Amino acid sequence: MQAVQSSFYLEDPFGFSATFVGFDNYIDALTSDYYLHVAKFTLIFTILVTFFSLALGLLLAAKADDVIRGSSSYKTLLISVYAIAPPVAGLIGMMFFDQHIGPFVKMAAWFGWDMKVGINYFDTAFAMITVAVWKQIPYNFIFILSGLQSIPVSVREAAAIDNRSRFGRFWTVTLPLLAPTAFFLLIINMTYSLFDTFGIIDVIVKDKAANNPITLVYKVYMDGFRGNDIGGSAAQSVILMLIVLVLTFFQFRFIERRVHYN
Amino acid sequence: MKKFVLAALTVGLSTSTAFAATDITWWHGMGGNNQAVINEISKRFNESQDTCNLTPVSKGTYEEALASGIAAFRSGEQPNILQVFDAGAATIMNAKGAAIAAEDLINNAGYDFNREDFIEGVRYFYADSDGKFVGMPFNSSAPIMYINTEAFEKAGVEPPKTWEEFEQIAPALKDAGYTPLVQSQLTWEMTENFFSRNNLQFATNNNGYDSVDGTEILVNTPEHVMMYDKLKDWYDNGYFGYYGAGWSDNQKPFEEDKVALWVGSSGSFGGLQKSAQMPFSATFLPYWEAIEGAGTNSFIGGAALFALSGKDDAQNQCTADFFQFLTSPEIQYFWHQSTGYVPVTTAAYELAKEDGWYEKQPVAEVGIKQLSLPGGEWSKGYRMGFYPQIREVMEREYNKIFAGETSVEDAMNTIQKEGNALLGRFAKTASN
Repeated sequence: MQAVQSSFYLEDPFGFSATFVGFDNYIDALTSDYYLHVAKFTLIFTILVTFFSLALGLLLAAKADDVIRGSSSYKTLLISVYAIAPPVAGLIGMMFFDQHIGPFVKMAAWFGWDMKVGINYFDTAFAMITVAVWKQIPYNFIFILSGLQSIPVSVREAAAIDNRSRFGRFWTVTLPLLAPTAFFLLIINMTYSLFDTFGIIDVIVKDKAANNPITLVYKVYMDGFRGNDIGGSAAQSVILMLIVLVLTFFQFRFIERRVHYN
Repeated sequence: MKKFVLAALTVGLSTSTAFAATDITWWHGMGGNNQAVINEISKRFNESQDTCNLTPVSKGTYEEALASGIAAFRSGEQPNILQVFDAGAATIMNAKGAAIAAEDLINNAGYDFNREDFIEGVRYFYADSDGKFVGMPFNSSAPIMYINTEAFEKAGVEPPKTWEEFEQIAPALKDAGYTPLVQSQLTWEMTENFFSRNNLQFATNNNGYDSVDGTEILVNTPEHVMMYDKLKDWYDNGYFGYYGAGWSDNQKPFEEDKVALWVGSSGSFGGLQKSAQMPFSATFLPYWEAIEGAGTNSFIGGAALFALSGKDDAQNQCTADFFQFLTSPEIQYFWHQSTGYVPVTTAAYELAKEDGWYEKQPVAEVGIKQLSLPGGEWSKGYRMGFYPQIREVMEREYNKIFAGETSVEDAMNTIQKEGNALLGRFAKTASN
């Protein structure tokens, strides 16, 4: 609420004076090329991270569901990544992509890709998305796996009789039964990409965003906490809140209709 | 749980009854070795007298210290002393009433404050346009150029004093197998101190000192554009290595003996002694021979201490006592020796010289020598509001230059445009 109020004022950092400026802060943000650029990246980032972390989580869970021997150690291995805090994940990821010592950078060089994380926009975005996806897979894995395992054996057997193709069975029987889990994960993953990736981004850009890709949340932080522009960053966080509200509304309105709970 | 509360209470009570001293706090943005030295200085201060008890608290980085200081001020929980870095100086100095000018504080406490005690380079940066000290200079550094001595022996050339000389020797260094030049922070080393070393105006309104209204940054001037055209040209020819906006990414190749020259901070020298794999020396940050009047001293980097307002007299007295203690030659010399930051007073500099510190560590003197060079009209300092954000715009555009996403000219025009918009915004917050 404080944010909504501050967003209509222009304040000096120490709070000695505040001038009511109406929607100026919003107009400043929404007409700034850089803000729109960051918004565009946030959109792409959210879509890619949500898609890949869900898809890979699903793939791994489906495979893990099939494994019978040694399944617990396999699962533990996959889940353990989830126990890593985002900044630490960022740090580990960053080591893989480090310009001087990163193994991924050396690997990329074999294919003639001169990777420059921290200078080249695309390379940094690539590293950021990879680390963010890697961090989120285990979470999705746990939920999808438990969703898969809650599908009754009788249903699976019946399906196996009706349809010989494994993929066909998965597509027509397993997936619809997973829908409630998947819908829940969709929302969780989107909020993850929008907000919880902050720690990863902070570590990857090393506190200096420069020309590197950042998300809207990071921009709020930069302007508010680093730049001490309280009105401007309050307006940005209100915009962000509205985006999330609208997104959630649409998801419940249009996607949830197609989800059948038991 | 009960036991814990009891124990906490006893500890709390015993400390508060043991010294009936006035407690003051100091928030700063330093970690690692520097934080340890700050703790040591505070301990020495507390032991030197028994009326005041100082507690230093690290708030993380410079930016975080400023942000937490501001947040605390707004809720009336501010510390007595807040460390504010160079780029944030305008934020606190334009908020009239947030800080008590250090000079007033010290004079009111019954000490004699003498501006002439401070070395030339630190006298103006944290002072108002009349020269009154608002912030107390504390950790002051200068951007200096570190030299990989072996690289120069191999290439058979001499370290450059000017960028023109650098251009002449760069091919020889490259042929000897080294990247001739890297730097660690373009904003501070190649922009802000480009203006100070070459004695060029950085912003209108007397570099922003006279007023916040209508102050405009001057980065798209021909000289400054030329500096970056050259850097880009050197980058393309392999004479200049650039690894992004991060400080240590650029320092690392120098430590690994792959680079001949590295522009870093005079405060880097302590750490570099441990990490560099080869012998090194240092010299001043180069300037352009071709620019008339160039070769002046550099701005002080680092940070100053600000005494925040809203504290009672006893506490302010303690803060003044501490400032006096901190600027005493012995403590300044101790700080200089253990961190690599320059001493801020002439007396401390003399003490270091007498003690033979620079015979043992010639590199330690480069920073203070550079700050003591004759000053020019434009090398005293700059004062721009929302400057941390302007720096972010610069970092973004400079990275784009080296990634080949924009031309130098366009980048400077963008910085000019967005920088002035920020300055205008700041003027609105400050003048109301």
